[in-house]
Amino acid sequence: MKLAVILLACAAAAGAASGESILIHNADVYPVVGAPMKGVSVLIQDGKIADIGAKIVAGKGVRVVEAKGLRVYPGMLDSGTELGLSEISAVRVTVDTGELGEFMPQLKAIVAVNPDSEHFGVVRVNGITSVMTFPSSGGGGGGGGGRFGGGERQMISGEAALIHTDGWTWEDMEINRSAAMHLIFPAIAGRGGRGGGNPDFGPQLISTTAGGTYTQARRTYEEQIAKLTDFFDDARKYQKARAANLPGFVRDLKFEAMLPVLDRKVPVAVSASRPSAIHDAIAFAEKQNIRIVVLQPHELGSAAAELKARNIPVILGRVLALPETEDSPYDEAFTLPLEAYKAGVKFAFGTFDNEFVRNLPYQAATAVAFGLPYDEALKAITINPAEIWGAGDKIGSVEKGKLADLMVTDGDPLEIQTQVKHLYIRGKEVPLTNKQTRLYEKYSSRQ
Amino acid sequence: MNKLLLGVLAAVAPLWAETIVIQNANVMTVTQGTFKGSIVIRDGKIVEAGEKVTVPEGATRIDAANQYVIPGIIDCHSHIAIDGGVNEGSVSVSSMVNIRDVLDPEDIAIYRALAGGVTTANILHGSANPIGGCTLPIKLRWGKDAQGLIFEGATPGIKFALGENPKSAGNPQGGRGATTTVQARYPATRMGVEDVIREAFNEAKAYKAEWDEYDAKVARGETSLIPPRKDLRLEPLKEVLEGKRYVHAHCYRADEILMLLRVADDYGFKIRTLQHVLEGYKVADEIAAHGAGASTFSDWWSYKVEAFDAIPYNTAMMVKKGIVVSVNSDDAELMRHLNTEAAKAMKYGGLTENQALSLVTINPAKQLGIDNRVGSIEPGKDADLVIYDKDPMSDYAKVQKVLIDGSVYFDRDTDISQRAAKAAEKQQLIEKEKQSQPRQGGRGAGRGGQGGQAQ
Repeated sequence: MKLAVILLACAAAAGAASGESILIHNADVYPVVGAPMKGVSVLIQDGKIADIGAKIVAGKGVRVVEAKGLRVYPGMLDSGTELGLSEISAVRVTVDTGELGEFMPQLKAIVAVNPDSEHFGVVRVNGITSVMTFPSSGGGGGGGGGRFGGGERQMISGEAALIHTDGWTWEDMEINRSAAMHLIFPAIAGRGGRGGGNPDFGPQLISTTAGGTYTQARRTYEEQIAKLTDFFDDARKYQKARAANLPGFVRDLKFEAMLPVLDRKVPVAVSASRPSAIHDAIAFAEKQNIRIVVLQPHELGSAAAELKARNIPVILGRVLALPETEDSPYDEAFTLPLEAYKAGVKFAFGTFDNEFVRNLPYQAATAVAFGLPYDEALKAITINPAEIWGAGDKIGSVEKGKLADLMVTDGDPLEIQTQVKHLYIRGKEVPLTNKQTRLYEKYSSRQ
Repeated sequence: MNKLLLGVLAAVAPLWAETIVIQNANVMTVTQGTFKGSIVIRDGKIVEAGEKVTVPEGATRIDAANQYVIPGIIDCHSHIAIDGGVNEGSVSVSSMVNIRDVLDPEDIAIYRALAGGVTTANILHGSANPIGGCTLPIKLRWGKDAQGLIFEGATPGIKFALGENPKSAGNPQGGRGATTTVQARYPATRMGVEDVIREAFNEAKAYKAEWDEYDAKVARGETSLIPPRKDLRLEPLKEVLEGKRYVHAHCYRADEILMLLRVADDYGFKIRTLQHVLEGYKVADEIAAHGAGASTFSDWWSYKVEAFDAIPYNTAMMVKKGIVVSVNSDDAELMRHLNTEAAKAMKYGGLTENQALSLVTINPAKQLGIDNRVGSIEPGKDADLVIYDKDPMSDYAKVQKVLIDGSVYFDRDTDISQRAAKAAEKQQLIEKEKQSQPRQGGRGAGRGGQGGQAQ
């Protein structure tokens, strides 16, 4: 009986903790969508931002976090990761990206997210509160680039999910499980190419150098586009057949998964690196009447105006990347965000490699060093991606009514030396510890 | 044609000046504090650095008002400027091969690293062999020939490698460079890696004894002697035993680090640097006691099992144990921002700004035994300098100018102003190639000239 009472008490305490009310007191708030507010407080209730203002008084049961001299920002969002799906990229059994099959829209990244992946703790301490996690390209898996066998060339790899970087289960972590359908658009390889980034993400380029001629590569390319078109056409036929509900209609999971794409409810995230591929992807999208988001372009060039004209957003890959060709300017990748900004293209940043997700703000900072206005860099890791991935009403800024995904820092979050002091995900304060801080403590105590 | 060639040469030839003064800069000397002042350079050397200096008459002045000057960045682990031949993976001991023979002065990575403030790099073979090839430091003198890159007088090195890479290279279960057609190559375990190194030094010791005996006889004036046979594989190991060649050892896990230190202790040589050394923090006391340097990544982790316990605090923890630590790149891209890679040790583990800056300047200079020449801003040292527009520990900082031996090898303004001309030249060459292609009757000729596009 006594035990039962204690258990009950514990359960009540745990329940209370999850819905804790917190007042971040007397901080400088950088909402991203408006001007900074000095010396104000942020009230967190029921996982949301309940109020922001100078005169909020902590009511009963509200925990006060003194934040004088500290800054409050929205948590950051990385738009290109495999978090939760890939643990140790060189070990295939720890990698769940890169399924077999060419057209696999029915696959859902979210169901394979391991909430206890060590990567989540590592990125949280640097202020990353949500990520897009991608099912990735075909055959390879997690940076193996096809080394682990299997795998015909993949075009549609499945649904990418927008998730929090904390939660008990993947359901718990979900923000938008169908944030995008991932399409790897066919492209013809040129010579050279940029290093860095996860090869698994990029388009698998059709080689012109490995024994083939340009003409052959072009033919392969056209065949692949035709296949892709056929797949979409078949999905449309399925959609019609489904609506007609003709006798003998059989449900098909691949085509079912395509329906929200055909209805423009879910955007297609298209990996396309060059202006020509982007141009072709845009033409394809127009023809199919689908929404697209362009992933990881290495060059924009003439495609920038097309993107702007159609309001197609872009996820820029690693800013700290080598130039595309030997002749390209050394700072080509550093200035790409500025180019996108000047062209009026809406963009966000992605790191496209689990290992460097925690460095997302430093990628953004490099863009600032090379001309991008600071506010645009900050937006590109907060509100822009939130909007692009269909969660602009929930996360991405410090605004009343939004989820309390917040980071409290001792300075500019884009600067390497800045420390994250507190982190809140859906209003819950997340300890700033992980496998690495534990090893740090353990071996710091070695005598 | 001649005109074109001359144009190219003029573009790459560095600006030579007898005497240069960099003025009004925030000078971060690394070894002698930071101050607002000037640096006087004559004949490629720093002759004076201070708040007030005597400006020699006729000196070329570089106004660096509001800018920051640091010593040229030194990367203790790089594979740029190699014309193929990073790994000679067919044997477990490949000490007979040498980076010197495969230096490629035209690798564009040299210029790009220069644009990131790197002036000296330790060029290493890959990690396919427990005992790899011979290595050497170079200066990034873009525009010079292979000989002109070599850091004259620097002690050469040799690459060792432990752990996953050497044990899986050449083994059918996969790994770096492995293919299924390759026959298994010993070693396939960390035990085997230790044995390969011991066996090699066992041989090298005997070889050295043979030569020592011969040299002693020669010294005593004995004549009609037949010298021992020169062994190109053992010769570099003999140099290691004599302290004339530095060991730079690729390693990850604490056990293998400790293993190598003990092997070296047994055979009476020193490990100059442990490279990567991601679990160095676990055996920092042992590393410090041996006297090895540690050259690591700022924050790489999780890409393989032996990198799963890597922590970004590693750098700071090893520094605090008294180890000479550097932060390296091992990567042509990362090499371009080693300044901010170093700054991460301020975030993770709380090093001071000067300690962090040391990780990519004076510390790697010490590790490579070239700290008498480079690594800090001091009179008498080579004028290898980087000018930034902002504090180089900030990721908003951009490299403006880079000097090596007192000559400007990179200038951001010049780079930008030359872009239009370079693009035009490239277009000209493309046009020329297009026109010459069909006449040569190459592939694609007679098919609408598409051959020109093919390659």
